[in-house]
Amino acid sequence: MQVQGVSCARGGVTVLDGVSFTLEPGQALVLRGPNGIGKTTLLRTVAGLQPAIAGKVSLPPETLAYAGHADGVKATLSVAENLAFWAAIHGQGGVDGALLAMNLGQLRDRAAKNLSAGQRRRLGLARLIVTGRPIWLLDEPTVSLDSDSVALFGAVLRGHLAEGGAALIATHIDLGLPEARVLDLTPYKARAPQAGQSRDAFAEAVE
Amino acid sequence: MIALILRDLRLAIRSGGGFGLGLAFFLLVVVLVPLGVGPEPATLAKIAPGILWVGALLSCLLSLDRIFALDFEDGSLDLLATAPMPLEGVVAAKTLAHWLVTGLPLTLAAPVLAVLLNLPGQGYSWLVASLALGTPALSMIGVFGASLTVGLKRGGLLLSLLVLPLYVPTLIFGAEAVRRGAMGMEAGTPLLLMAGITAGSVALLPFASAAAIRVNLR
Repeated sequence: MQVQGVSCARGGVTVLDGVSFTLEPGQALVLRGPNGIGKTTLLRTVAGLQPAIAGKVSLPPETLAYAGHADGVKATLSVAENLAFWAAIHGQGGVDGALLAMNLGQLRDRAAKNLSAGQRRRLGLARLIVTGRPIWLLDEPTVSLDSDSVALFGAVLRGHLAEGGAALIATHIDLGLPEARVLDLTPYKARAPQAGQSRDAFAEAVE
Repeated sequence: MIALILRDLRLAIRSGGGFGLGLAFFLLVVVLVPLGVGPEPATLAKIAPGILWVGALLSCLLSLDRIFALDFEDGSLDLLATAPMPLEGVVAAKTLAHWLVTGLPLTLAAPVLAVLLNLPGQGYSWLVASLALGTPALSMIGVFGASLTVGLKRGGLLLSLLVLPLYVPTLIFGAEAVRRGAMGMEAGTPLLLMAGITAGSVALLPFASAAAIRVNLR
């Protein structure tokens, strides 16, 4: 995967300018930067959910699995049903293996609405395994996980990388991946528009 | 695609709202109208086609804002947009699921409820035929409206305003077909026009809806 000179915007304001990196199979890249720097925006741009203002994201088609802040878990379905749905959408199997890998075996028939926040997150991360896709885009994957679960997910991630997968991770905490490269986004911060330069529809209407 | 349809049906049954809501609303409209209008059989027979169609249309409208809003809130829509299935396919699957949950039960319940409105005997087959051909258009146009308003908080009002004018041709031709059928006149023309609207919207609107969702996910 290659990202060349990508600029992306959130809410009409350019937040990142000229971000470039490459990601080879077996590599992990950790995105860092203060809140609001545009980590989520960059991940959504790479995932193709929003267009880049400038620059190019080139990657083989159908290789991405995106995991955002929301887990995509349906409250009235059981844990196994939620996973089986995503596996079917991606034409894959391996639901039992994914449940085991994220330590959800005991909860498989529990309705997702009765899960704790951490258990829900584990289910959301187990979904990545059943997509069977090589490139994982992870947006704060460890939110509401306890330290054991973080270690568990770190192990899953290492296994994924060892099998030739790749991961782009926005996170603030250490996932136990010493080999992962770190990309600090602070230097790519777009210059803030100077006062009076930004024009919104309201200002135009007033004029 | 089948997995998505099955999931939506399962969600509709489990959350209780889906199946029951539209049907219960239809029942209420049809039961309340004779109480409001009065019991004269001739009057009721005259307004029956219109009431049945308006009732079906409003029950359909009732469940539209949930189609994409729930998937948007819990992040499923983002994940579906990055899944191997094209977004047009997602739209088509969700439309079919919506029709199975609302349009189909309405079509099946309508002849039973038509008895309450004293619909003349020869109108029953036209009623079922017109609803069976017309409700897919209601679902499809509704899904299009829902994809235009996905991501808006409290988009329900805007959705109704967007969708209602688009529902009018289907309503006019559908009710006209039943009225003509009930009076023993030739009813094929309005039925065919309505079928044309259905075919056109099912062919074109999935693409428009998918484009609208892509814009709204940004």
